[in-house]
This record gives sequence, structure tokens and C-alpha cells, in this order.
Amino acid sequence: MTEQRKIRVLIAKPGLDGHDRGAKIVARSLRDAGMEVIYTGLHQTPEMIVSAAIQEDVDAIGMSIMSGAHNVLMPVVVEGLAEKNAQDIAVFGGGIIPEDDIPDLKEKGIKAVFTPGTPTADIITWIKENISPK
Amino acid sequence: MLYDRKSLEEIIQSQESWTKEELNKLLARFPERDVRFTTISDLEIPRLVSPEALPEFDYDQELGFPGSYPYTRGVQPSMYRGRLWTMRQFAGFGTPEDTNQRFRFLLNQGQTGLSVAFHYPTLMGYDSDHPRSLGEVGKCGVAVDSLRDMEVMFEGIPLDKVTTSMTINGPAGILLAMYIVVAEKQGVPADKIGGTIQNDILKEYIAQKSWIFPPRPSMRIITDILSYCTHNVPRWNTISISGYHIREAGSTAVQELAFTLADGIGYVQAGIDAGLDVDDFAPRLSFFFNAHSDFFEEIAKYRAARRIWARVMKERFGAKKAASLKLRFHSQTAGCSLTAQQPINNVVRTTTQALSAVLGGTQSLHTNSMDETLALPTEGAVTVALRTQQIIAEETGVVHTIDPLGGSYFVEWLTNKMEADAMKYIEKIDDLGGIIPAIEVGYPQKEIGDAAYHYQGQVEKNEKIVVGVNKYCKEEEIPFSLLKIDEEVAHTQVANLQEVKRKRDEQKVQAQLKRIAEVARSEGNLMECFVDAVREYCTQGEIIEVLRGVFGEHRDPGML
Repeated sequence: MTEQRKIRVLIAKPGLDGHDRGAKIVARSLRDAGMEVIYTGLHQTPEMIVSAAIQEDVDAIGMSIMSGAHNVLMPVVVEGLAEKNAQDIAVFGGGIIPEDDIPDLKEKGIKAVFTPGTPTADIITWIKENISPK
Repeated sequence: MLYDRKSLEEIIQSQESWTKEELNKLLARFPERDVRFTTISDLEIPRLVSPEALPEFDYDQELGFPGSYPYTRGVQPSMYRGRLWTMRQFAGFGTPEDTNQRFRFLLNQGQTGLSVAFHYPTLMGYDSDHPRSLGEVGKCGVAVDSLRDMEVMFEGIPLDKVTTSMTINGPAGILLAMYIVVAEKQGVPADKIGGTIQNDILKEYIAQKSWIFPPRPSMRIITDILSYCTHNVPRWNTISISGYHIREAGSTAVQELAFTLADGIGYVQAGIDAGLDVDDFAPRLSFFFNAHSDFFEEIAKYRAARRIWARVMKERFGAKKAASLKLRFHSQTAGCSLTAQQPINNVVRTTTQALSAVLGGTQSLHTNSMDETLALPTEGAVTVALRTQQIIAEETGVVHTIDPLGGSYFVEWLTNKMEADAMKYIEKIDDLGGIIPAIEVGYPQKEIGDAAYHYQGQVEKNEKIVVGVNKYCKEEEIPFSLLKIDEEVAHTQVANLQEVKRKRDEQKVQAQLKRIAEVARSEGNLMECFVDAVREYCTQGEIIEVLRGVFGEHRDPGML
């Protein structure tokens, strides 16, 4: 009997922002929900995130940004994946992200955006429904 | 002691009969609500605290009078009857021009001190034109690259009349150097300016995570600043030892208290090890605590903090000056308690939190704005936040008497409990060899991470209630507009930086940078070099780059 591969998720902190409470809670919650989670640590450039995602062969990247740099940094990661032919890796995000910014982020390839107060259970459900392991 | 033995025995007896005759009979018919009675930090709270719980309570030992050892009731003899706390709203966004306008607005609204929020590139030691600054310029605070930006930010603000707090850590010495030179250009000498640099690198490794260099060279820069300011900027608070960020990262109240004081112990030890006299620099250390939602737990925390610090400074470090024993603190209401849902409710949260800081004897206070879970605050939102403080000060009457909750059985019991629990953590950190080794093995970081995860679990299981998030929810549109900072800010800032670089004397700049590298490798005082370097418009990014070359960089171990 072959065991099905677990969903692999890279939780990433792009930019200079040091607020990692949310990212770490999400990472631990996904792990407790049976996923394999790799956490990048803080202060990652978009290039570092793309290369970690490919190297770790993940199914999805979850990015957390509190500094207001989301409009610039999140799309750069999506573009970076496309350049490396890794557009099959789904990208989602969370943090202090005003509602008005969400449609534009979705248009640029961010599949879901989770704003403050979201229960971790909602994130887990979304991943299970939208991402399948390779 | 509160009661002699005979009176205490009588009280205990009547309490026993009350429990039997009144309480238990009632509970048999009407049980208590089916909830755990705990603080937000999950500390179990007794039904009733009576003198029974404080049998050894000694007024002089535990409390003393305001302005007297151990300062439990406050650091000044007259507290708010003498002078109200400083109303100091943390502000900064966009270009220095934008922030100058906000500062002037706040001062016109009756604010009594300034507090600068820098954008991430400045906090991390990058100039606005650095590739790592992409998307971050002016977003989370104001962009400051060179002396030119500080000149603009404080234009028309007399630095001999206002005190300024700057939330800056890795590059703290450089920003203070810029402030000193701006004051000098206004005709105000360094010994007449007052304010605070956060300069608390230890809590960066623990919680806020805006670090640059590894811990040990960071401590060297800090002792250089302590020594320089003792002689040249005597009214400056050289380190604001901060629990705020520890709490925001998800710690309990006791962890906030313990890790903050452990950091304080680390700085005092470093100062002594660098050959300074404790009474020369300890009076300029100040503290910064969170004002979270659990009302009494917070008040007890501030009271316990003052008492522990006084005892530590006297008994552990042998400090002699009263000023060395006094824990003075700034407080800020809890950003992490605010909700994006039904955000006007945040005004109410901020009000009760601010009230706890005032009842706890704070020296200065920032009240958060209702829109801060969504963006940086608008002028309208920050005005309501400032008015909240003004209403507490002018209308509620809580400022008329000192430490009004002193002597409350519950508050004294809780103060003792916070002190005892915090001391256990401090002893554990001592066992690990002090705060730096403890940080290096990730001890406080792990404790905080676990507490944050535990609390989140409680919220998701509805064991802890957050109004509008897991109870009393309703769908609604955000009822106000938000402050937006567009990418144009970055273009303007980079153009201004290029202009500065064109106009300055490049030869002098290079000579200053070379000197900084030399002093960093040897024994001289870096703070002196910073003052000379910023005067020639060396940018903070250039100075930090030189220091990175000598000291190396700290990287996140990425522990979960």
C-alpha cells in the first residue's frame, strides 16, 4: 500500500518586517493538521522564497506581511515562480492587508488572502480544498 | 502587617463560616457560570481575596510611600497631582515632510511629547534606494536616510521644548547622532535635549526581530552609547527596555514582566562590565510596557515591575542613588488586542487598557487608533485616541489620588503573584548564564511562541472570547476610510537621497566611514564617530554597511 504524499507548504516572511507571530502560528497549525511545513524564517527576498519553494518541492507558499509591502512583494514571488516554470506552486498570503488591495492581489495570482482574525481552521480547510499534493 | 494575629484569626473564622453558611448554600442552588476564571494570560483567579491570603503583608516592605523604596505605589511622591503623564503618540509615515505635518498636527491637538516611527529600511539599516527596501519605503513609518531627513522632520519644532522618543534599535546611535546635530543647528546644545532611543537590542532577538548585528557586537555599541550620553547628553534615556513587543509576540503578562527585567539586568551587567559606575548610567534607563486587556493583571504587572527593579538594583547591583532604583515606564495599549472586525469597538478596548496604565502609574502613554489593524492611522482616528487619554486625565478623576488600588486585597495578592512568578523566570535565565546565553539557545523565544499558540487555540475553541471575532459577530463594511501610502513616496525619497549625495563633500564622507571601520575594529567610542559622520551627511545605510563588514549579521534561526 502506498501512502499518499502529504501536502507540503512553505511558510515565508518576505521583506524586512519582523512580525512572525502569525506566520509561526499558521505554520504550527498546518503541521498539527498533518501537513509538512517548512518555515523560511524572517527577512526573505522574493528570490530566496522562490528558490526555497523549488528546492523543497512544495505544493504551496503562504506569505505573511504586516509592513504594507504586500502589493509589491507578493506578486514578485508569483512572477519568480513563473520564470522558473514553477507556476504549479500555489501562492496564498495573510497579514495586515486592506480589503481594497485584495482584488488586485488575486488578479496577480495570489490565490487567497487571509486577513486578521481568521481562524487557522479556515486556512487549513482552504488548503485542503484547493491544493493537492503532487 | 495588616492585622495582628488575633484579628487575623477572627477574620479567618468568619470567612470559614461565611463559606459554609452563605456561599456553599448559594452555590448548591445556583452554581457559578461554567467558565474558567482566568486572566487573559491563563492565570487562575480566586473567587475572593481576603486578608487570609496576605497574612505576612508588611506595608513598608511591600509598598512604601510613592517616591520611596520599593516604589510599588509610584516613582514620584506626588504622581499625577504634580504632573500628568506625557501623552506621546507614536507617529511616522511616508516622507519626512509628511511626518513633520503629522507631528505639528498632534502638538496642536494637545499632545505633549513626540514619538517617531521609522520605516522598515531605517529600522534594518538600509537606505531607501537599497534593493532590500523594495516596497517598504514610507509604509510602516517615516523614511530617514540622512541628516537632511531629520532636519525636515523636526522643522519648526523646538527641540529644547519637546522631548522625543525614537523607536530605533540596531541603528539607534546613528539616529540619536542625527537628532543631536539637528538640535545643534537649532542652537540647542546636546545637554539641553531630552528624549529616548529604544536601543533595546535584546528584545529584538526575543520578539520584535528588527536586528542587524549579532548580540555581542550589538552590546558593545550600546555600551558606547551609554558612555557617550552619560557625559554629553545627560537628559537622554539611553535604553527603553521594552516588554511591549514581547507581549505583542504573544507572551503572557508574567513573561513580559520577567523577560523585560531580565533584559534590564543584562544591560546593567554589560555597563558594569564595561567599567561604568552603575549609578552613572542606571538613572537613564527607562522601560516600556504593554497595556493589554486584562485590567487588574496589567495594574499588578506595573506595580510588581517597580518593586522587582528596585530590589534588583539595590540588592543585586548595589546601586545607591534613588534614581537608579526607580523604574520609569512608557506604555502603549495592546495592538494585538485590536480587531479588524467591528473596528470602532477598538476605541473601547483602548480606553480600558489606557486606564490600567494610568492606574498602574505610567510616565507616558500611547493610545492606539481604532484603524490600526487595517493600516497606519488617519488623522481622525489618532485624534480619538489622543482624546481618550485627555478624557481619562480631565474627566474621570482617577488622577486625583496616588495608586488608588493600593491596599486592595486582590490587587496586592496579584502583585505578589506576578512578582513571584516573574522571579522564577529570572532565576531560570540566571541558571542559563544570563539573558544573552538564554537568547542564544532560544529560551525566551520558545516560551513566547508556545504562549502565543496556546492563546490562539483558546480563541479558536471559544475558551477565550474576543468580541466580534468569536462571539457577537456580524458582517459589516469598514465604517471609515484608511490611510494609503503609495509608491510615489519611494520615488520622492530616493530622489531626495540622490540630491543629498550630489551636494555633500565625498572626500569627507569617505574619511568618516573609514574612521568608523577603524574604531569598530578597535576600542574607541563609536557614538562619537556617528555624530561626526552624520554631520557630513553620511547616510545611515552607509554607516551600517561599514559596521556589517566588521561585525557580521544576525540571521533568524527560523525556529517554530
